[in-house]
Amino acid sequence: MLNKEYRGLAEINGPLIVVEGIEGVGFDELVEVITPNNQRRKGRVLQISEDKAIVQVFEGTSGLSINQTRVKFLNHPMELSLSRDILGRVFNGVGEPIDGGDEIFSSRKYNINGNPINPYARKYPRNYIQTGISAIDGLMTLIRGQKLPIFSGNGLPHNRLAAQIARQARLGNGDEEFAVVFVAMGIKHDDADFFIRSFEESGVLQNVVIYLNLADDPAVERIIAPRVGLTAAEYLAFELGMHILVIMTDMTNYSEALRELSSRRGEVPSRKGYPGYLYSDLASLYERAGMIKGRPGSITQLPILTMPNDDITHPVPDLTGYITEGQIVLERELDQRGIYPPINILPSLSRLMKDGIGEGYTRADHPNISSQLYASYSYVQDVKALASVIGEDELSELDQTYLEFGRQFEEKFLGQGNDENRDIEQTLDLAWEVISTIPATELDRVSEEEIERYYRK
Amino acid sequence: MAKEGRIIYINGPVVRADQMEGFLMQELVYVGEAKLIGEIIELAGDTATIQVYEETTGMTPGEPVYSTGSPLSVELGPGIIGNIFDGIQRPLAEIKERTGAFIERGVAVTPLDREKEWDIEIKVKAGDRVEPGQVVAELAETSVIRHRVMVPPGLSGEVKLVVPDGRYSVEQEIVHLVDDSGQEKVIKLYQEWPVREPRPYRERLSITKPLLTGQRVFDTFFPLAKGGTAAIPGGFGAGKTMTQHQLAKWSDADIIVYVGCGERGNEMTDVLEEFPELEDPRTGKSMMERTVLIANTSNMPVAAREASIYTGITIAEYYRDMGYSVALMADSTSRWAEALREISGRLEEMPAEEGFPAYLPTRLAEFYERAGYIKTLGQEREGSISLIGAVSPPGGDFSEPVTQNTKRFVRCFWALDKSLASARHFPAVSWLESYSEYLGELADWLQENINEEWLEHRNWAMRILKEEDRLQEIVKLVGEDVLPDNQRLILEVARLIKVGFLQQNAFSEVDRYATPEKQYWMLKIIHFLYEQALPLIRENIPISRIKDNELFSEIIKMKEKIANDELEKFKDLMTRIEEHFNAVRANYQD
Repeated sequence: MLNKEYRGLAEINGPLIVVEGIEGVGFDELVEVITPNNQRRKGRVLQISEDKAIVQVFEGTSGLSINQTRVKFLNHPMELSLSRDILGRVFNGVGEPIDGGDEIFSSRKYNINGNPINPYARKYPRNYIQTGISAIDGLMTLIRGQKLPIFSGNGLPHNRLAAQIARQARLGNGDEEFAVVFVAMGIKHDDADFFIRSFEESGVLQNVVIYLNLADDPAVERIIAPRVGLTAAEYLAFELGMHILVIMTDMTNYSEALRELSSRRGEVPSRKGYPGYLYSDLASLYERAGMIKGRPGSITQLPILTMPNDDITHPVPDLTGYITEGQIVLERELDQRGIYPPINILPSLSRLMKDGIGEGYTRADHPNISSQLYASYSYVQDVKALASVIGEDELSELDQTYLEFGRQFEEKFLGQGNDENRDIEQTLDLAWEVISTIPATELDRVSEEEIERYYRK
Repeated sequence: MAKEGRIIYINGPVVRADQMEGFLMQELVYVGEAKLIGEIIELAGDTATIQVYEETTGMTPGEPVYSTGSPLSVELGPGIIGNIFDGIQRPLAEIKERTGAFIERGVAVTPLDREKEWDIEIKVKAGDRVEPGQVVAELAETSVIRHRVMVPPGLSGEVKLVVPDGRYSVEQEIVHLVDDSGQEKVIKLYQEWPVREPRPYRERLSITKPLLTGQRVFDTFFPLAKGGTAAIPGGFGAGKTMTQHQLAKWSDADIIVYVGCGERGNEMTDVLEEFPELEDPRTGKSMMERTVLIANTSNMPVAAREASIYTGITIAEYYRDMGYSVALMADSTSRWAEALREISGRLEEMPAEEGFPAYLPTRLAEFYERAGYIKTLGQEREGSISLIGAVSPPGGDFSEPVTQNTKRFVRCFWALDKSLASARHFPAVSWLESYSEYLGELADWLQENINEEWLEHRNWAMRILKEEDRLQEIVKLVGEDVLPDNQRLILEVARLIKVGFLQQNAFSEVDRYATPEKQYWMLKIIHFLYEQALPLIRENIPISRIKDNELFSEIIKMKEKIANDELEKFKDLMTRIEEHFNAVRANYQD
C-alpha cells in the first residue's frame, strides 16, 4: 500500500505537531517526519479526530517548519526487527544501531507496545538468583522473573550495585543461557560509559543488548526506549528461551519525560504535575517481567530510580513500589559511613522470596533467620533513638548488646567489597554470626533446633 | 440491531462517534472493524463518547460502531465458580486457548462454557406458579456448591412445561412458562444481568453474625460481620495483598469472589497455583471449589479495570440470591478510583480533589452499599455479601481522597502500618488506628457461641495495648529501667499480646488459621498470666524474678505449639503459669 505524504503542519508545540486534512490514519500509528533539510525522524499518533492528528516526534521538533515539513503515516504501530544478532550491539532509544554495525533484519516485526501476559498463562516465579550480595540474597532475595527496583538518590552507588548484580548474578543451574538488556533513559554519558566498561571488563559484553538514550538526547525518545528494550527482552526470553536481566535506568527521567508530554497536551495533572495515568503507564512496563508456562525463558527486571530529594513518597518511587514485587532501598546515611552497598533493609523487601527460599531452594533456616534479622535490626533503631537521648552508657546491658549487633550487622553483613561474591551458605552463616551477638533467649523468630544448630557455631 | 455509528475521534480508551441516534446511555457497543468491546458513557446530540475495554491502537476515524441494544452485562449461571475471568467476564483460560500467552484484542468468547453439560434436578412441575428468585432447578456446580437456578427478577407466571432431570448445557431451555401478561417465556441455566444495577432482594436484615476469618487481629479485636464492609488501607509493602489472600483463604464465607483490580499479574498466578492445593477447613475440599477470580491486572486495559469491580459484585449478588454468604475482596479499590480518574481526565471533566472526579464519593458509596445481609426474593433464603476493599494511598498517607471517602462508607477500618511491616510484624494491622463498628452488634453472638468472657478479655487486651502505647512515649525518652514494676509488667504483657497473639504466621500450617475458640483461649492465657503476676508485683517482688524467659517464650510459641484441636493443652499451660508464680512467691519469701 502506498503511503500518502502530507506537506505542511498546522501547529508545532514542543515535541508535538498537529497535521490536518488527513485520511485513514490509525491511533498509535507510526509516523515518518521529513524535515525541510531532508532529515527523517520518527513519531507516533497520540490523538486523532476526523481530519486532524496530534503526533509526537521522538527526536524532537527543532528544525521543523510549518509549511516545509512533510509527514508520512506508515499504517502500523512502531515495530522492531529482532534477531539473535542484537546481542552485543548498541542501539539508540528508538532501536536504531549507533555502534556503526549493520541494521537488524528479521522477517517478523514486533510491536513495541507488546500485549499483556495473560495471568492464566503466567508461571509463578520460584527460582532464586544468587547475586553474591548478602543483603539481597539473605534478606530480599531476587527471584527469576521478578521485578525488583533499586530506590536510590543522587550520588548514591546504585550504578555500582546494579553492575555488580549483573556481573555476579547466577542462576540455579548454569547451563541455561543468560543475557542482559540494558536500557538507559536520560542518564549521563559517564554513567553509560561506566556500565559498558563494567560489562566489558567482566567479559559479558557479547551477551548484552544496549539501548541508549542519554541526558542530552531528546526527552520524548525516553518514552520509547524502555518499550523497545522490553520488546527485545521478550523476544530473547520467550522466543529464544534465554534468561534475561533487564536493567532500566533511570525511571525518574522516564516519568519526567512523560510528564513533559502530558503537560504539552494540556492534560489534567494529578500529583506533582504527573499525569493521572502514570500508574498504568509504569505498569505497562514493569508487568512485562515474568515467566510463562511451557516456555523456558524469563524476564527479571532491575529498574533503577533516583528519588528526588531522597523522598520515598514521591509519585515515581511510590507508584513503582505499588507495581513492583518489592524494592531495594539505598540510604545516604549508610553510604556516608562508608558501608557498601548502603542498603537500608527495613523499607526494603522482596515479595517473591517467600516462595523461592528455604528447604529445596536455599537452606531450611533461611526464612526464619531472615525474619529474625529484620525484627532485631528494627529494634536496634529504637535503641539507637533512646541512646541519642540518654546516652549509650545509660542503656541496659541487653540494649547495649543490640547496639553491638547493629554495628556488626552493618559492617560485616551489609558491608562487602565491590568484587566480593558471597555464596548463599556464606551469607546465611554470616547472618548467624552477627545475630549471635544478642542472647539466644531474645530470638523469637527462629526455632530451638535452629538455635541449637547455628547459634555461635 | 442494524444501528451503526461512525468514529470521529480517538484518544486512548476514549472514542467519540457520530450518527449515534437511538443508541442508549451505558449501552454495550462493538467499536471499529475489530469489534472491540466498549460502553457508551456520554450522549450529546448524535455524538456519543465511548470507553473502550481494549487497546485502540490502529483504529481509524470513519470505522463503524455497532449497537447491541443492551447494557454491559454478565452471564450468571453454572461454571463461574473455580474460574478466572478478566474485568468484563471473559474467561482467561479460553482467551489463552485462542491467542496464546499474550492477550490479543477483539477476542470474542462467551463467559460461560456452552458445551459443558450439567446434571440438573428440576424443582418445579407444570402448573406451578413461580415468582422471581424461586428455584426451578439445582445442580452441583462444584463438590461444595449447589447451584440454584432461579427465576430471574421481574419474571413470574405459570409453569407450562419442564424438562426431565438430566444433563443439560447452559443454552438449553429447561422451563417454559406463561408470564402474567400471557406471554411465553423460557428459563435457561443462566440469566444475564447489567453489572451497574444492584440485583433486587426482599429486605435487608440487621447484622448479627461475624465473618470469621481465622485471623486473630480481625476476629478478636476488629471483627467483620457477614454482610459488613471493611477497608484495608496501607502503603506498598504493608501487606494488603497478603492480608486479602489470607482472608480469601480462611474466611468462613460459602463463596469467595476475589477481584484483582489493577494489581500484579504474578499475584493472580499465585492464587491460581496455591488455592487448588489448599484445603478449606470447613469442607475439607480444595479452596478453588468455592472461589471465583476476576483478574484485570495493571497492564490490562484501564476501562475494563473500572468495570471489573462491578462484574465481581454482580456475581457476588447472584450467589447471595441463592442463599449463600459471599465475601468479596477487591484489591485494590484505589486502582479502580484511578481508572475513574483517568477516564474522567480524558473526557476533560472538571476535577475535584487531586484530579479525581467529583462523583468519586458517590461511586464508592454505591459500591459499598451493595454489601448487606438480606432476605432473598423467592423462597426467602438468607444471603449476605461482605465487602473487603484494599486501599492503596499514595505515599501511605491516609488523608488522600480515596481513603477518606472510603472511610465514610465502610464500618470496619483495618489500617496497615508500615513500621510494623518493616519490623516484620504481620499482619501489620495497627491496633491503635483500626476500628470495627460491628463490635457492639456482634458481641452477643460471640459471647453466646464462643464464650461469655470473650468481650471481657478483648477489652482488657485493648486497654493494655493503649496503656503500653502511652508508656512507650516515656520509654523513648528515659528508657525502660526507670519505670515502676507495675508499668514494666504492662510492657511485658503487651509484648506477649503483640508477639504471641497479634502476630500470625501466614506460612505456618498450624498458625495460619485459628478457630475462635483457640483465639479465646490464647487471650485468656495471657490475661491469666497478668492476673497472676499482678499480686506479686504488689508484694514488691521484682519483675526480673516474675519474668521467666522460658515460660514467656512458651506463651509466645503457643500459637505454633497448640493446634486448633488441642485446646486442652491450654489448661496445662494455665497450670504451669500458676505453679511458676507460686514458686516465685515461695522462693522470694525464703
